[in-house]
Order: sequence, then C-alpha cells, then structure tokens
Amino acid sequence: MTALTDLGVAAIRDGFRAGSFSAREVADSFNEAVAKARALNAFIVETPDHAIAAAEQADRDRSDGLVKPLSGVPIGMKDLFATRDIQTTAASGILEHFEPAYESTVSAKLFAAGAGMLGKLNMDQFAMGSSNETSAYGNVVSPWRRNDGGNAPLTPGGSSGGSAAAVAARIAPAVTGTDTGGSIRQPAAFTGITGIKPTYGRCSRWGIVAFASSLDQAGPMARDVRDCAIMLEAMAGFDPMDSTSLDLPVPHWEAALSSDIRGKRIGIPKEYRIEGVPPEIDAVWEQGIAWMKDAGAEIVEVSLPHTRYALPAYYIIAPAEASSNLARYDGVRYGKRVDPGQGGLAEMYEATRSSGFGAEVKRRIMIGTYVLSAGFYDAYFNQAQKVRALIARDFQQAWEKCDLLLAPTTPSAAFGLGEKSDDPIAMYLNDVFAVPASLAGLPAMSVPAGLDSKGLPLGLQIIGRPLDEQGVLNAGLAFEERAGFTARPEPWW
Amino acid sequence: MSVDTATVRHIAKLARIAVSDAEVEALVPELNNILTWVEQLQEVDVSGVEPMTAVIPNQLRLRDDIVTDGGKRDDILKNAPVAEHGFFAVPKVIE
Repeated sequence: MTALTDLGVAAIRDGFRAGSFSAREVADSFNEAVAKARALNAFIVETPDHAIAAAEQADRDRSDGLVKPLSGVPIGMKDLFATRDIQTTAASGILEHFEPAYESTVSAKLFAAGAGMLGKLNMDQFAMGSSNETSAYGNVVSPWRRNDGGNAPLTPGGSSGGSAAAVAARIAPAVTGTDTGGSIRQPAAFTGITGIKPTYGRCSRWGIVAFASSLDQAGPMARDVRDCAIMLEAMAGFDPMDSTSLDLPVPHWEAALSSDIRGKRIGIPKEYRIEGVPPEIDAVWEQGIAWMKDAGAEIVEVSLPHTRYALPAYYIIAPAEASSNLARYDGVRYGKRVDPGQGGLAEMYEATRSSGFGAEVKRRIMIGTYVLSAGFYDAYFNQAQKVRALIARDFQQAWEKCDLLLAPTTPSAAFGLGEKSDDPIAMYLNDVFAVPASLAGLPAMSVPAGLDSKGLPLGLQIIGRPLDEQGVLNAGLAFEERAGFTARPEPWW
Repeated sequence: MSVDTATVRHIAKLARIAVSDAEVEALVPELNNILTWVEQLQEVDVSGVEPMTAVIPNQLRLRDDIVTDGGKRDDILKNAPVAEHGFFAVPKVIE
C-alpha cells in the first residue's frame, strides 16, 4: 500500500470518504513525518495535537455522515497567519512568544472546512526575503539536492520556504503561503510543487501579519493543480474584516477544472526574455509553449513594455508600506520589549526595534521611511505608484490579445544557502518574473515543468486576468498533464 | 540621490531603530546601492498617469456606526510585555 504521506489533498479526502483509512491514521502519519524531518527546519512550531483533534472530529463526522470539504486533511500553516493561542511570529524575534487571541480568517476557514494543522511553517522574517535566510528561527533547507554528489544545502526559496519544503518533502499534503512579490510562486518553482496566488482581494488579509498591504495575498501550495483548487476554494471568500476583500461568491474551482484549453490564446511576453538568464530557463519555456500548443491553445507574442521597471517599483512600494505597517511593533502591546535601562519611551522603542527586527527587515523599513520622508515622497513613492499604474496598463493591453500569459517563474533554479545573502539586489532579482503580476493584483500560478541539468526543479508561471483563477487553473492542469512531473527529492532528512 | 551617515542616522531616528556607528557605516553603501538601483524609475515617462491606489476597482464599504466589538481587555493585554492594573505599562514618559 502507498504510504499515506504520499497522498495529496484530493487523494486523502477521497480515500477518507471511501473508508480506505481513518483521518487519525493520516494525521499520525504526517505528524510522524514532520517529527522526522526536523533537519529541514520547515516548522517553527509543531502542533500534532491540533492535527489529531481535527482528525478525531473528522472520524466522528464521517460516522455521522457529516464530512466537510477538507475532513481528514492535515495541512501546514505559514507562520504569517495568526492562530489562536498558538505562537505566531512571522519568523521575527520581535513577535517572540506572541500567542494571538484570535484566528486569521483564512486559517479559520480552513479549520471550519475540516482541516487540521500540523504546525506553523518557517518563512523569511515578515515575508521579506526570497531564500528563507532572514528567519529568526534559522534557514529552511530545501529537501532537494543537486545531483553532483555534493551535499550543498539549497534554498527552498522564500518567503514561503517552510511551506514549499514541507510539501516537497511530503511532510504536509498542502500548506498556506502568502505572496507579496512572488513568495508563493518562487518557492513553489524551486521545490517542484504547485502554488497559486489568487487575484488580490480573493483571500481575506485579516489576521495575516501585514507586510505590504496593497500586495499581500494568501494562497495555497500543494503537489498539483487540483489540490490547489480544493485548498483555494476553502481559503477564499468575502470578509467584512478586510476592507479590500472582494465581495464576490467563491467559484467552484475544483468542479469546473478542465484541461480542455482549445482555442485559448496564450500570450508570451517578449520582455520576459532577459539577458543573463540560463539557457535552461528558455528551454523549459519553449517546452511549455509546445505543450500549450499541443493542448490546442493559440500562442501569441505580446509586449509588456514596463516589465523591467516592475522590480524597482516594487522595492519602493513594498518597503514604504512595510515601514508603515511595522510601526506597530513598539514593545508596548505585544511581542518583545528591550528596556535599555535609561532614557524614556523613545529609547525603549528604539532598543526594542533594533533588537527585535532582523537585518533585512531593518533595511526595508529604513528604505521605506526614506522614500516616504518629506522631500522624497514625490520622487520615489509617487513615481513608483505611477509606474505601477503603467505596469497594470501593460497587462490590460495584453488581455486584448490573449487570455493567459505563460512565462518562467524564476530566472534560475534554486541556489545554495549563503550564495546570495551578501547582495540584496542579486537576491531581489529572483522575483523579476513574479513581481509584475503582484503589482497588478493578478492571479498567477507556478507549475513544475521539469528538472535542470543538476536535477533541480524548474517552474513555469501562468498569469490570468483579474478573477480568472479558473482559466489559470485549467491551463495549469493542461500543462501538468503534459509535463508529467513526478520527480521528488530523495529523502536524506 | 544618495544618503550619507547623517541621513542614515536621521532615517533610523524616524523609524525608531537604534543603530550603532558600525551599523550606520554598513547601511550607507547598502542603502545607496538600493537607491541607485531604483533611480532607473526616473527615466519612465509618467506624464498624465495617475498613481495607482487600488489594483482591483473596489468601493470602500461603510458599515453601520454601531459598536460591534469590545469587552476584550484581558485578550488585548494577554501579550503585553508589561501590563499593570489593566493597562499597558511603559517607561516613564513625563518627568
């Protein structure tokens, strides 16, 4: 019999409903796998009791004929989601020991749908990073290794690095992630899994530790497209507690899944062909284009002329919003306090924030403070918001010629831990293909496409019109059927 | 535009982050690298373009002006580093 941990969300759900196994057996298998995989450092907090309680409830519900959409399915929760009475730190020292008195909307919805929680997943501190090296709880190590015989530890990507590592290592069938500028898609691509960022406003931000509020969006990461559709359906929906939540019904994404994309026009943005990208990325892109053609889609070249300005605009807008959002960490109401012993309130604030925030977080707060400060606001922040409007307009014009876009998710495969941590801009360039869709609030999904010559996964990204998650998922499914990606890391942990 | 040590100290003050001399020295080139890199935005012609304020057109909702929440003092104080007599406690502010 297949190990229960080899099953994804749909297989667990369906097998549980059919009586092939109990929810408790599933929870026990994954709890055990989580405990065995500590070398990955994917979890900050393990919550086996939560998973067991939900499983026991699911087993009782099944005998009563009351199964819910995710009954029997244990999941991992990125540590950015507030979970009632369970430590929530955003992987930052400044939130040490913080135990929220409330539940985020997304986690509450998942639990209401019957899911149990295996634990809180490690991540880049405040979701600021692309390699999971800024966590106050240490780096997450990717379960993947290069096939050169070396054991160099690789990044799982970031910021949802613990999330990606957990799914790739088969210690969670699905997880939550958040995407501000690629934080779901880039780690999904690096670890050979699937992850979708829905349209901005689909998932409530209430109870998600804020990074850049105009960009932050939750989404699922799982082994395949169907599992992502199931998870997203449970996570999405209108929430009066979030002022930017979209007041729209949640579509039945899973029921409407179809890999028949004949006649769809798929745009290939020519500006995504950039210098310095390894030829393997272009090769996998060409392969993806061929698969889409094989599926009956029409391929059209489109232009997104402001693409190259997306990343610098992002690195003004996101730090500006972060500097404002992170002003709340003052050592008074929650989290860490450092009292320097002399001086007053201002000195306490400064000592607390200096000690509690990591280096990258401080760097971004300082950039944000600078670009918002008197005399620089117009030159930096306003200019960036205007460029952002132009980037969104590029996409609107592209939608006149195509229904979806296909592009690489990342400019390279996963790199080694420590390889880029001394050069912030080299690190930021990881998200060059992911950030434009974030700035425009568009749904976008990374799907595994193949392996590079070192045996590491590469992903391609499908971007859709606002609210067209279905189109993205369907094209993803057509892609997945042709890619036949079954590679998985050899367990060493 | 570039920053010097005095500007970095000023930004740190505005951001309420204590910085040592060594940190200031390290931050000057780091921040300047990033600022030089984002400078390329100045070459974009944005004449007639309104700054984006919302990615998805969405009306801000108003709710009825009634109390919907409250009575959670203990919940709110639960995570306070220092709380006394049902209040947040801070270092002395007024001499």
